[in-house]
Amino acid sequence: MMRYVLLAVCVCYTLLMMTSCASVKPYQKSKLNDAEMVLSSRSIERYENNFLMYREGASGGNGGKTGGGCGCN
Amino acid sequence: MFFMNVAKAQTDSTASRKLKIDEVDFVTSYYHQDGDHSAVTGGVGNERLNDFGTSIDLQLSRFDKKLNKHHFNFELGIDVYSSASSDKIDPTTISSASSGDVRVYPSASYLFENTKRKYSLGGGLSFSNEFDYTSVGGNLVYSKATQDGNREFTAKASVFLDTWKILLPYELRGKANNDFKYKQGDSAPRNSYNLALGVTQVVNKELQVSLLADIGYQTGQLGTAYQRVYFGDPVNANIPFYSEKLPDHRFKLPIGLRANYFLTDRIILRSFYRYYTDSWKLTAHTAELEVPYKITPFVSIAPYYRFYSQNGVDYFKAKGEHMLADKEDYYTSDYDLSKFTSNMFGANFRVMSAKGILGIKSLNTLELRYGYYNRNDGLKSHLVTLALKFK
Repeated sequence: MMRYVLLAVCVCYTLLMMTSCASVKPYQKSKLNDAEMVLSSRSIERYENNFLMYREGASGGNGGKTGGGCGCN
Repeated sequence: MFFMNVAKAQTDSTASRKLKIDEVDFVTSYYHQDGDHSAVTGGVGNERLNDFGTSIDLQLSRFDKKLNKHHFNFELGIDVYSSASSDKIDPTTISSASSGDVRVYPSASYLFENTKRKYSLGGGLSFSNEFDYTSVGGNLVYSKATQDGNREFTAKASVFLDTWKILLPYELRGKANNDFKYKQGDSAPRNSYNLALGVTQVVNKELQVSLLADIGYQTGQLGTAYQRVYFGDPVNANIPFYSEKLPDHRFKLPIGLRANYFLTDRIILRSFYRYYTDSWKLTAHTAELEVPYKITPFVSIAPYYRFYSQNGVDYFKAKGEHMLADKEDYYTSDYDLSKFTSNMFGANFRVMSAKGILGIKSLNTLELRYGYYNRNDGLKSHLVTLALKFK
């Protein structure tokens, strides 16, 4: 039951964020386009994500790799 | 004057249609771990492991006549590792191939980007090979952005068709293994199917968020044949263990939420939360916060902290706690599947310059990242990564 509550909270939070968005023009995106603001998985984190995928039971949901390789060591 | 402009436009158009190198990414890392819960020796034993990884990523692109963009990506990665526990699979072998291994993984991908209609479509192929494991992968990706670029939807479908070469603990080769499906040297499949659905949204001039669901399904040999599970009531007292057995299906559902906020001119907050659940009844929570501080507009240092907690699978028990009398279908003593919490902290240092770094004109970005990982079952690890971006 707890898992569904958490899922619902995540989805509601995101929908709430999206419905209250301001329209941002391209010339107003200097901060959003900063290299530190990247939302996708960064190449510097590739090996970190890899070892965490092997050492922990959970994986995915972070834009990184989700399969391939045994991770058995 | 008019003809001069036409000639210039034609020259620019021809130039933009040539394939050009956008960037070359070089990433190298060193990973070291130590602990006392090796799954190869039934959950008790040295987990020391060293891994050197290096990858090079070449990104090219060109525009066509309609000013659509074509992206090409080629990558080659090599990992070299040595592992104390893997040598226990067959300690009778003086130079066991499993005590150290090399993994090679090339990949290639293509992406078509319609710059007017704001959508992209592409696909990729990947390959990975190590001593006892081969993986062939393919993926298709589609993304669609709104005209103002403030919202983007992405869907990525991936398939990994993997093959294990079964390695059993040397004591169990040719011996009874509690009806384990495979014999030493057999080939066993492990296939993974993933559908990643993501939405990114610009909230305002300082805040953007993304939501990503990675629906995954795995089938085949999901346990590791050379990981021993010791029983408290063994049939044969001389060999009180069997190969780990896990279900041959696993459905995974991680949902990740990321929010990046430009707090002040110098401070940025990068936050991430993930909820994970799967059909093995493993649930996990991950929370991460990274705070890049801009020393100058082009130099930053970013301390980060990550917390992780999982409840463990029911199939897990420590060494000697599994009982044959219980007639369990599945059993493991792999502490990666046990109940634990972990903490990780470190820092990311970044230098960027369009004019070059360290006297190398094409070196656009240099990043150095260190992380220390501490699991409450005693596993500790260090990871150092260096990334260089050439443009």
